[in-house]
Amino acid sequence: MSLEVLKEALSAIAQGVSMTLFLISVTAVVGVVLSTLLAATKRSGYRLLRVLVVCYVELIRNTPFLVQLFFIYFGLPALGIRLDPVYAALLAMILNVTAYTTEIIGAGLDAVPSGQWDAFQALGLRKHIGFLKVILPQALIVIYPALASQIIIMMLESAVVSQIAVRELTHMAELWQSKTYRAFEAYSVVAVIYLLMAISMRRFLVAIGRRFISADIT
Amino acid sequence: MIEFSNWDIIRNLLLAARWTLALSAIAFLGGGLVGLGIMTMRISSRRYVRTLAKAYIGLFQGTPLILQLFIIFFGLPMLGLRTDAWGTAALGLTFYASAFLGEIWRGGVQAVDKGQWDGSAALGLSWYQQMRLIILPQAFDYVRAPTVGFLVQLIKATAVTSIIGFEELVRVAGVINNATFEPLKVYGFVALIFFLICLPLTLYSRILERKAAQGG
Repeated sequence: MSLEVLKEALSAIAQGVSMTLFLISVTAVVGVVLSTLLAATKRSGYRLLRVLVVCYVELIRNTPFLVQLFFIYFGLPALGIRLDPVYAALLAMILNVTAYTTEIIGAGLDAVPSGQWDAFQALGLRKHIGFLKVILPQALIVIYPALASQIIIMMLESAVVSQIAVRELTHMAELWQSKTYRAFEAYSVVAVIYLLMAISMRRFLVAIGRRFISADIT
Repeated sequence: MIEFSNWDIIRNLLLAARWTLALSAIAFLGGGLVGLGIMTMRISSRRYVRTLAKAYIGLFQGTPLILQLFIIFFGLPMLGLRTDAWGTAALGLTFYASAFLGEIWRGGVQAVDKGQWDGSAALGLSWYQQMRLIILPQAFDYVRAPTVGFLVQLIKATAVTSIIGFEELVRVAGVINNATFEPLKVYGFVALIFFLICLPLTLYSRILERKAAQGG
């Protein structure tokens, strides 16, 4: 393999990796914030809101991510909503991960003893302050490992957004193999990169967990 | 544009759903058998055997399913091993399922109290007899709920095999969509069919989970 070819391959890989990392970072941040809101909504007294959240979560959890992606990318234009592939991918990933993390965070909130709610109210803290400062940190410690795993699973699942021509890692491999016909090498190399990304992402999330919410995961 | 009635669309999708279900069943059985092997290796007393099984699980849980399918479908023919869409889908999903089931079941077996091994060893049972008569029946209670839960994951994972041309629900939906230009409707129906297959299993796994939490 000439140096030129190698350089080209490396730049394609770098481009693909940065797109994959961009997609999962936005998804993780937006997803966790959204699902915290939804999990809190689910616990609030509004019955209608609770039913809506449950319907959304069950609908997403019981259908494949690929179908959700195709529905958004190919289906929504029929309603006049045409999305750029990257935005369609982001929307699908956020909708998908949020459904799972809503369940996870909800379980975490259930795990906080109800006495904690009474306690901060007795201290005169307002409800949303108490939720953010007292309840949520305790819930996060319990569910942080599950949350981290879910984000890594989403990163791996994001490989299928290559099918709507988002130029992420898997798409780059497809382009590379159609150019060189070296399918085995192209896909194996990219699979190994995903593996390394999954391992480093776990390390990174563990470090963040230790630093900010004193959640210890191994 | 060809005129398709709603019923034409749904009928064709339901026919395709047979292959989704058939593939899920094959992958569950194949993955279960290989998964039993992986689980046995994971609890082996030999360190290198455990490491090997751990690497296998890490490999299949740490890489995207679509790439596993691509390597089998496009990559293996370069090594002289040709696989068709059926073979690739079945093989790929069997590997995928075995990694997850092996790990779920290992968790169940290790949750059985250590004293049960000692007790059954004291009765003079062989390792195989201990496993079959004492350990697995107890582990079964722990792993029933997550196993059913994983089945939902597996059914959803079959959607990815459409990309290598396996004619399941999503693939057929793409074909119908090319003829009807009604993606909202077609993919809506596909989502609905998956939902109707998966929801009962999800609910069942939740019931099992609750039962297990209450101690059987």
